[in-house]
Amino acid sequence: MPASNAISLYNCQAVDAGKIPVVGINEFINFVIEAVKSGKRIASFFAVQSSSYQVRLFAVLADDNAGNILVLSSNVSDKYPSLTPDCPQAHLFEREIAEQWNVMPQGHPWLKPVRFHNSYSTGKGNKKEEPVIPSVMDFFKVEGEEIHEVAVGPVHAGIIEPGHFRFQCFGENVLNLEISLGYQHRGIERALIGGPDKRTLHYMQTLAGDTTIGHTTAYCQLMESLSGSNVSPRAQSLRGIALELERLANHTGDLGALAGDIGYLPTSSFCGRIRGDFLNMTALICGNRFGRGQVIPGGVGFDINKQHSDTLAGKLARALRDVNVAADLLWNTSSVLARFEETGVVQPEICKELGMVGVPARASGVEIDCRFNFPAGIYRFAQIPISSWHTGDVFARAYVRWLEIQRSIDFILDQVKMLPEGQIRTDIKPPSPGKFCVSLVEGWRGEICHVGLTGTDGRLSHYKIVDPSFHNWTGLAMALRNQQISDFPLCNKSFNLSYCGHDL
Amino acid sequence: MIKALLARLQQKHRTVSFPKGTPVLPERFRGRPIVDSAKCAAGCKLCVDSCPTGAIKKENNALSIDLGRCLFCAQCQECCSCGAIRFSGEYRLAARTKRDLIFSGQEMKLAEALDKRMKKLFGRSLKLRQVSAGGCNACETDTNVLTTVVYDLGRFGIQFVASPRHADGLLITGPVTENMKLALEKTYDAVPDPKITIAVGACAISGGPYVDLPQVNNGADKIIPVDLYIPGCPPHPLTILDGLLRLLGRIK
Repeated sequence: MPASNAISLYNCQAVDAGKIPVVGINEFINFVIEAVKSGKRIASFFAVQSSSYQVRLFAVLADDNAGNILVLSSNVSDKYPSLTPDCPQAHLFEREIAEQWNVMPQGHPWLKPVRFHNSYSTGKGNKKEEPVIPSVMDFFKVEGEEIHEVAVGPVHAGIIEPGHFRFQCFGENVLNLEISLGYQHRGIERALIGGPDKRTLHYMQTLAGDTTIGHTTAYCQLMESLSGSNVSPRAQSLRGIALELERLANHTGDLGALAGDIGYLPTSSFCGRIRGDFLNMTALICGNRFGRGQVIPGGVGFDINKQHSDTLAGKLARALRDVNVAADLLWNTSSVLARFEETGVVQPEICKELGMVGVPARASGVEIDCRFNFPAGIYRFAQIPISSWHTGDVFARAYVRWLEIQRSIDFILDQVKMLPEGQIRTDIKPPSPGKFCVSLVEGWRGEICHVGLTGTDGRLSHYKIVDPSFHNWTGLAMALRNQQISDFPLCNKSFNLSYCGHDL
Repeated sequence: MIKALLARLQQKHRTVSFPKGTPVLPERFRGRPIVDSAKCAAGCKLCVDSCPTGAIKKENNALSIDLGRCLFCAQCQECCSCGAIRFSGEYRLAARTKRDLIFSGQEMKLAEALDKRMKKLFGRSLKLRQVSAGGCNACETDTNVLTTVVYDLGRFGIQFVASPRHADGLLITGPVTENMKLALEKTYDAVPDPKITIAVGACAISGGPYVDLPQVNNGADKIIPVDLYIPGCPPHPLTILDGLLRLLGRIK
């Protein structure tokens, strides 16, 4: 790696924004490319308007082995040489920057819109922009006499969020899948600027409603660091319990949905019900099945007493027994295994190249987990081992979920047994002016990355959110290569990525 | 096979007796607020100012909450020292008009059944197409839950179908983003007449936490007519089920 003065931070460490090094664009590009070659990952890569004609690019790289976060920046005007040809995991970030700021990554092989909205940039003499129509773009096309194209969405057959999928097929075989999203774009990142205000926490809770705890934890940790506030050990433990309950509900729901997609109804019905039991455990704590109102800046909204923890422990033990019975059926039924095994394989090299995170990465043997690599809050004191499998197929993605279910239940049982005494909530100070902070949380889908910058008034001057789905959607497209198109629902469910988390 | 049967025995019968029995909701569940303007201190507007969506109004010392905007976050309850607003465990919230969602402590006018002709058509078999138009997947999840063994939606003759052309109506979640507006219009047009529309969740009713952002349309009825509003962020599955059954005249 070339000598570079990228600043090294740990998770949730706030620094003066002035300490983030600014280098020339060539040094910036070389640094990112070399760092990724040596095993680091792009956790976030975004642009902030620095003057009327310039934006400042920020690269946030995760060094999983060292547990450090490297940050470097560079000013550019309307174009710069694209990183993507040498560093594929930059591809969607560069598309995003181009769409938001009209800054062109020259030489990008796949430059298309991401969320289909008008550019943010001002003062560049742009003519009045036309409304942008979603998914109206050039799709990758395979040509030939027996090639056919299948277009699905945005409105799908199930109760599911909208997205558009374009398949190039030869008979039943998928040669290429291209995924076009943006239908759920609500403009949250722009609405956060100037905050925090009374709506900020609600935006965080609904970035991806099934990841309410994950995203609010990332946000609250960030605000607490920006303001130099401390959270009590009891509140951190209660946050951990909520985060693992969220993982349990979603992983269990996914095992059921995977069974449903191949028509194996016993596990499908059992897990559909058990998932609700986990959601009800979250409601037992905070009154809402998705954890709304539980994680708040300065701590948590609701405490639990002895009676709550006993009820919770009893319910968890029963749920563990039920989910084990339901999952064992999957692993012992040959017709299930025949559909799960060797379907939708993603090789570990592809995972690393695309910078994939979370369950799909761990299912391909890439052992990364923020709870282990970048522990914050309760995870600094209570470690959860990384669950992984090596086959990279639908089976592996299901099996890793099952392993994580067991470990999350153990974690919660431990936590309720030895919950620290103390307050659950402290008033936090307002954020300090001119700060920069990165907050990483292992949500149930994978690494959630929030980056916040405050202006001279102590208000948020920029806020960047990366949902794990942003890293992983391209992984799903790769998993479909040379698969039967009829396996798409199964592969899609085995990733179960967020549309709204991607679209923001 | 024997393993599957043993597992079935172990997992037991799990369907709730709703609407016959009394449903058990968590102790901390935040349902319909109780508003008592008499307790409200003159000149105090803390609750009005604290509400993230502007759901609370105070005119001539009379408080009202728009349940269509309410996120049930209870911020107002927290900042009110007089106890004029307090959230109850009442889960029944669905209404036929937006006016009925504006709640100032009176007896709430819950949703009435469809008219005679529509009830005859849909009362025993209602097929719905779900459209998520900017929803965060919480309303979607708790709608999906109705199809599990716990609620067993099929026993009421209600089913979610794969195509608008097979449907009698739409169930919409989300504030209707700009990017979903056209898709929603087209899906609505594809449903054969006569048809009904149900808006589920604060977003689909009013825009929810996203109200007035430039990328959203502040709810489904800005685009298409809506017959039933089910408030919540997200609504509890029982709130949704109660609303659907009231619309069909199965609960009065």
